This record gives sequence, structure tokens and C-alpha cells, in this order.
Amino acid sequence: MTAQPTEIATYNFAYLDEQTKRMIRRAILKGIAIPGYQVPFASREMPMPYGWGTGGVQVTASIIGPDDVLKVIDQGADDTTNAVSIRAFFKKVAKVVVTTDTATATIIQTRHRIPEHPLTAGQVLVFQVPIPEPLRFLEPRETETRKMHALEEYGLMHVKLYEDIARHGRIATTYAYPVKVEGRYVMDPSPTPKFDNPKMHRSPALQLFGAGREKRIYAVPPFTDVVSLDFEDHPFEVQTFDQPCALCGAENVYLDEVILDDHGGHMFVCSDTDHCEKRRADGHHGHLAPETHLASEKTEPAE
Amino acid sequence: MDIATQSIDGGFAEPVFNAQAVFRAIMDAMARPGTVQNLPQLARPPAPLSATAGAVALSLCDNDTPVWLDSPLQAEAAVKAWLGFHTGAPSANTPADAHFALIANPKEMAALDGFAQGTQEYPDRSTTLILLVDDLASGPSLLLEGPGIEKTSMIAPPGMPRHFVEQWKQNNQRFPRGVDIILAAPGHLACLPRTTRIKTMEA
Repeated sequence: MTAQPTEIATYNFAYLDEQTKRMIRRAILKGIAIPGYQVPFASREMPMPYGWGTGGVQVTASIIGPDDVLKVIDQGADDTTNAVSIRAFFKKVAKVVVTTDTATATIIQTRHRIPEHPLTAGQVLVFQVPIPEPLRFLEPRETETRKMHALEEYGLMHVKLYEDIARHGRIATTYAYPVKVEGRYVMDPSPTPKFDNPKMHRSPALQLFGAGREKRIYAVPPFTDVVSLDFEDHPFEVQTFDQPCALCGAENVYLDEVILDDHGGHMFVCSDTDHCEKRRADGHHGHLAPETHLASEKTEPAE
Repeated sequence: MDIATQSIDGGFAEPVFNAQAVFRAIMDAMARPGTVQNLPQLARPPAPLSATAGAVALSLCDNDTPVWLDSPLQAEAAVKAWLGFHTGAPSANTPADAHFALIANPKEMAALDGFAQGTQEYPDRSTTLILLVDDLASGPSLLLEGPGIEKTSMIAPPGMPRHFVEQWKQNNQRFPRGVDIILAAPGHLACLPRTTRIKTMEA
């Protein structure tokens, strides 16, 4: 490798050194072999602060190759700071093709959403995870939570969900909703809205989870049972929305609330920007779509 | 060729990209047990270590991972020298100390439960077995099911360990502890993670 004079420094392909990649790769293989188990790994410092997806970035850097097509989303959006900077990072250090199109991506790094477009076999979804231990807020000691996982002792989690019901009349957990993987390990699906939990169940894509600060990697192989914890009389259910997306009119998708003014005006739009843009390109539009006027003017004469 | 030359030759031509390609093949095989991944010849280790098994070792082993060799490999000083030069991996004193085990003759190998199984708290501290097989289609059929498999899948590696189906059932029962297997055939590889169940095919 010859360093161009214009480059400030010459990094290894995908930033991490080879020994670090091997260590992470071994952890990923163990994670796949033991679905839902958190494999400890020697997390490195990355050129971004903890909390910005250093775990996901290290996982992506260890699996990515020159032929991969990378998509990065932050809360479903391709165009927010975190997504843009991680995408730019890999464009620079791995020179890979990047995209916002869910269907053409081979690796999708995500912060807290699963794309609305169904994933396919061969795709890899990499989650950025802040707190990988689902029992952490119930039991702060790692020695104890490790023993609880070893003994499959998850009563405390059910007590927590039951306390929700006692207090609120329903399970009030709406994100990072605990799941049981393949009937064995209780796992934190990362702070995705519980809306996305059913998409993890028997997904054809491989799902990898990286927690940089907490130094854990875990995985859900394709076609693996991922069941949200619930009770017979309080079954798990996902969020529903009263209205469709204000821009593309989509229903049964996850919506974000966007404040429009300081008089309480707001609208609900798709959190998945790629999905929303594709639908609008296909001619769908919601009641607040800016191009509604133009689009209808353009298309109406044909009718 | 003397051992010194043999041990220096035959590594990855492009260490970074070849290691990534081999790892992705292993990752896909581990995530979809029973699927056969193609692998071009990227490494040329001394016999009896095969090109595929050699490439797997180069992509996963380093000075952090004690490697255990079965007796046919152990007997060949060139194999040890080659692994030592290219990976820096120390050799494990016993199967139970090994992070990886390279097995040239699976038929005669030690029992699966003799290798590191991990602990209930740290089931990841187990041995990954790399078995050298002639192919993945000419042996007794193994019908597989479990995570990573939509319904069922099938591979048929010849020359597997004695009482393999029974040993594997016991390996399943130890979950989350247990060993994982990488089957290295010429030009191909497949994986059996500890979650994969073998449905018996006879009758």
C-alpha cells in the first residue's frame, strides 16, 4: 500500500488491525453458535465516542469486504448525523459502495430500528447496542446476571413485566422489550421499539449485535425463534397508530412524531426514510406531503 | 523442500482480503448450518493439512488461541512450523485447553466431550473443531434442523468420528456448553454449531 500524499494517514482496510478483526470474528462465530448469549470481547477505542455505535462499527468493520454494499440507519433514517458519519467512515476506510436502499444492501448497520422492507437471506443486520444485558436494571452486578443466564433464572424479568401490569394495567415497556431466543437466553433486542420485535422472529437475515462500551457481542442466526416475553392474559402486542404516515400514507409502519410549530402542530411520519421515499416515488402520498400539490398537478392531466 | 521453506510458503497472498473472504464463508456456514460454502484455494499448507483447513486456521487463529493437532498432524513437523509461522498460535497441551482443534483424521479422533466445552457461565470458552473431510456429499446423510435452518438441510460428510450422531446428541444436550464443528472439504466448507440437531435418517 502506498500512501498518497493527500491522505492524512494510511489505515488498514476497514480501520481495525487484523488481530482485532480476528478476535471479533471469533466472538461473532461463538455468538452465532449460542444464539442470544452475550460473548465478551476486547472492544477497541474507535474514532468516535462510546454511545455513537462503536460496537456496531467494530462488528461491521470485522465482517465487511470490498464487495459489500453498506446501508446505515439511525432510528430508521439514512440522513441523520449518526448514520451519515458512520456511512462516510466506511466509505473512507473500506472504500465500499454505500446505499440507502434496503433491498440492495448486503450489510445494514442500524441504530434502534429494523427496516420496514422485508430482509432477505444473505443480508446481515448489525445492531448498535448501548446496554446488552436485559437484566442490568434489575440486577446491577455482572457476576449475578451471568449466573442468572447460566441457570436460566429469568423470574425477575417476569416480575418486572408483572409490576408494569400492576401499576399501569398493561406491560408498559415499549422499547428494548425483552425477548427469549430459541427458548433459552433472554436477550435485549437493543432499544428498538417493540414494534420491530416480531421482525426478529425467524428472520431470513443474520442479526448481529455489538455493544462497544459494554464489550459484548451477540447474535441471532436466521430462522431462529425470537419470542417477546408476555403473559397468557396479557399477550405481547405491538404499537398501533391512529393515522397513516403524513407524507406517504403508509399504514402498519412505525411512525415518528415531528413537531411542526410552537402551537402544538405536529405530524406522524415514517421512521424508515427509505421506505417512505420509495412509497412517495411510487405515487403514494399522505395528507401533508409537500409535493402532493405538484404531484397531483403533474399526474392529473393524464387521467 | 526443507521445513523452513515449507513453513514460510503458502500463506495468504492477500492477508487482509483473503482472511475476510474465508471468515465470511465460515460466518455464513455457521449462520446457515448445512449449507455448503465455496472456498477457492487461498492457502497452501504442508500435507496432511488441507488448503481449506489451512485457510480457516489462518483466518481465525493467532497468538491468543491455543491450537490442538490430532496425531497425523502432530507427527508432521512441517505442519506445526507452518501454523507457527503464519498464525503464531501456541499449541495446546491437551484437547481441553484448545480454542481450535485441527483434525486430519476425524474417524480416529478423541471423543467430542474431551475438548473444552465452556462453562455454564461462559459457554463461549469452548473448542471449535476443524475437521478435514474428503467432501460433503459422499458419506452417510445427516438431516439437520435448528437455528439458521428454515426447515431442514442435509450434508453427507464421509469419515466422521465414531458414533458421531450419538456424540452430537450429547453435545446438543450440554447446551449452552458444547463444541462447534467446521467441516473443511477441498474447495468447500460447512459448519455444525452446537445448536444444530441431527435427525436420524435410517429407516
